[in-house]
Amino acid sequence: MTTIDLREDADVALHPSSDVRVTTVTMRRRVRNKLATIAMIGAFLVAVIPLGFVLVNVTQQGMKVVTKDFFTNEIPPDTGSADLTNDVLAKYGGTPTTTQQTSSTQLGIGPAIVGTLLTTLGAAVLAIPLGILGAVYLHEYGRKKRLASFIRFMTDVMTGVPSVVMGVFIYSVWVVHYGVDGKSAFAASLALGCLMLPIVVRSSEEMLRLVPDHLREASAALGVRTWRTTTKVVLPAALPGITSGSMLAVARAAGETAPVLFTIGAAYNYNWRFHGGNVSLSQFIYNQAALTGPTALRLAWGAALTLIVIVLVLTLVARAISSRLSIR
Amino acid sequence: MSAVSPQGLAERPAPSEIGSDLGGRGRGGRTDQAFRLLALLAGLSILAILALIAFSTIQKGWPAFSKLGTDYFFGTQWKPRSGQFGILPLVYGTFVVAAIAVVFAIPVSLGIAMFMTEVVPRRFRFGAITIVDLLAAVPSVVFGLWGIRILAPKLDHIFGNGFFRFLGDIPIVGNLFGDSSGRGFMTAGIVVALMITPIITSVTREVFATVPRNDKEGALALGATRWEMIRGVVLPHSSGGITGAVMLGLGRALGETIAVALLIGANPQISANLLGTGETIPAQIARQLSEANGLFRSALIGLGFVLFIITIAVNVTARRLVVVMDRRLKGA
Repeated sequence: MTTIDLREDADVALHPSSDVRVTTVTMRRRVRNKLATIAMIGAFLVAVIPLGFVLVNVTQQGMKVVTKDFFTNEIPPDTGSADLTNDVLAKYGGTPTTTQQTSSTQLGIGPAIVGTLLTTLGAAVLAIPLGILGAVYLHEYGRKKRLASFIRFMTDVMTGVPSVVMGVFIYSVWVVHYGVDGKSAFAASLALGCLMLPIVVRSSEEMLRLVPDHLREASAALGVRTWRTTTKVVLPAALPGITSGSMLAVARAAGETAPVLFTIGAAYNYNWRFHGGNVSLSQFIYNQAALTGPTALRLAWGAALTLIVIVLVLTLVARAISSRLSIR
Repeated sequence: MSAVSPQGLAERPAPSEIGSDLGGRGRGGRTDQAFRLLALLAGLSILAILALIAFSTIQKGWPAFSKLGTDYFFGTQWKPRSGQFGILPLVYGTFVVAAIAVVFAIPVSLGIAMFMTEVVPRRFRFGAITIVDLLAAVPSVVFGLWGIRILAPKLDHIFGNGFFRFLGDIPIVGNLFGDSSGRGFMTAGIVVALMITPIITSVTREVFATVPRNDKEGALALGATRWEMIRGVVLPHSSGGITGAVMLGLGRALGETIAVALLIGANPQISANLLGTGETIPAQIARQLSEANGLFRSALIGLGFVLFIITIAVNVTARRLVVVMDRRLKGA
């Protein structure tokens, strides 16, 4: 590509007898340009409008169910058969009894919120320190070495491994081995941790890359060992970015369903322990959505609103941190 | 050692190599070695997990592989109740849904990426990027719930009321648009397209950002309109990267589980009707694995292995394309 000397062009354009004027752009070319611009704006709207619909619909449907007690009540067991009984009673002229007609005040998803917190917390504890250490190897020790390049490549590939495969993996090494008792918040944390690990490694490495080498060199000039330079100089400098990247990974894990589906088991009551069956918001929504009754559906919308708020808040906070960082 | 080298950080040796005395021998050297080893082990854990995924899914899926053999990999009937485990209908469904999603997502993603890099004023850019990233943040299961309760009934109405009926009389094409219940390949594909649009957009955006400014300004200085500049400079320069971005989106689409499980109709069949029901590998796993036993369980875990291999292959190709493009730019 030959470079164009702008000054030379400018001379031509400024010359009074020059033919180069804006009007040389023909109508046809101008219309085509306008159409292309409109198509680009259209593409943006095609993606944004469904997003708007999803958010509005979930909020509308969810707000009908959500009360203060909704977040703390235990999950009514077997909403599917309760719905079915009510249907049958309505059809044959009976009046649904109060215990079967689960009213709004009795609906709740408290245990699912606890389960989501536990599984994501467990996954974060497993994946974030390991991921940051991995990033330290890639950028502080490995850099251009063959092994480091290979690990970096495989990390990128691992971010593309479907989450359901992580679930199948933990199911086949953990649940098959320990039986049904193996299904627990901890097993779900393992699966979500596998999902988070490559995301944390890559985002942390990007952040380590932003730390200027002068800092490392200045520290080395003082005779400080590499590991102390890393823990006392480099990591603190990269901390906001690493926090933001880790929060995005946590948000992703909190919304994931497939890895949790076969590893967490089931629960209707609060289970604050990592041991024993539990329930997460995402898995709960999936199970209720697969049923058809009105009660199940109301629970699903309420849980969906809760989940979407949790995930979006995490995402927006992470983005705010990283944008603050990029301005500096 | 010069203060700042113009090549950028990646070209420089690691600080641990600059001061080799600080990386090993002498007082405190042992701690440093230990830290280095710890970091190395953390890095290797990635490789270990990938190897373990392959190993454990092969091991637990082996009964299905060995007992069923070619009936498993090339069988056209997936009927767990009668003990038939041929995975082809599931593989077919997986690729059909992914293909529909990619076909819808490519023009939209490219349009958005152009919109963001060339059209939107700089101060609105961050907001526009945030909005599209929010699309990526919405959990799959919420898309599934929305799709099954809001979108599917609407699509049933549209598909049923002859939106495609005028195509139905054309031979071959007509077979693609048959009867519909609102759930099926097309519904799942449309929702998955929404879910992969953000990833294709963000990678494409990064690719567009690497187009040299000189080339773009040169085209504009020669009198090209913005669209002519994009067609003549930006697109040819980014073709490799765009292919990589699309492959990454394809990888995501192949593995998308929960939304598809709710929208596909759970009917494993090889059918040309894009509006009809089907089943995909991840959806079948999600539906059945919790309750399965014996040979059925092995067959499902084996499906996990098949999906793992397919997505690894797609992702390796995609990453190669993106890396090759990277290297070409840095070499130039």
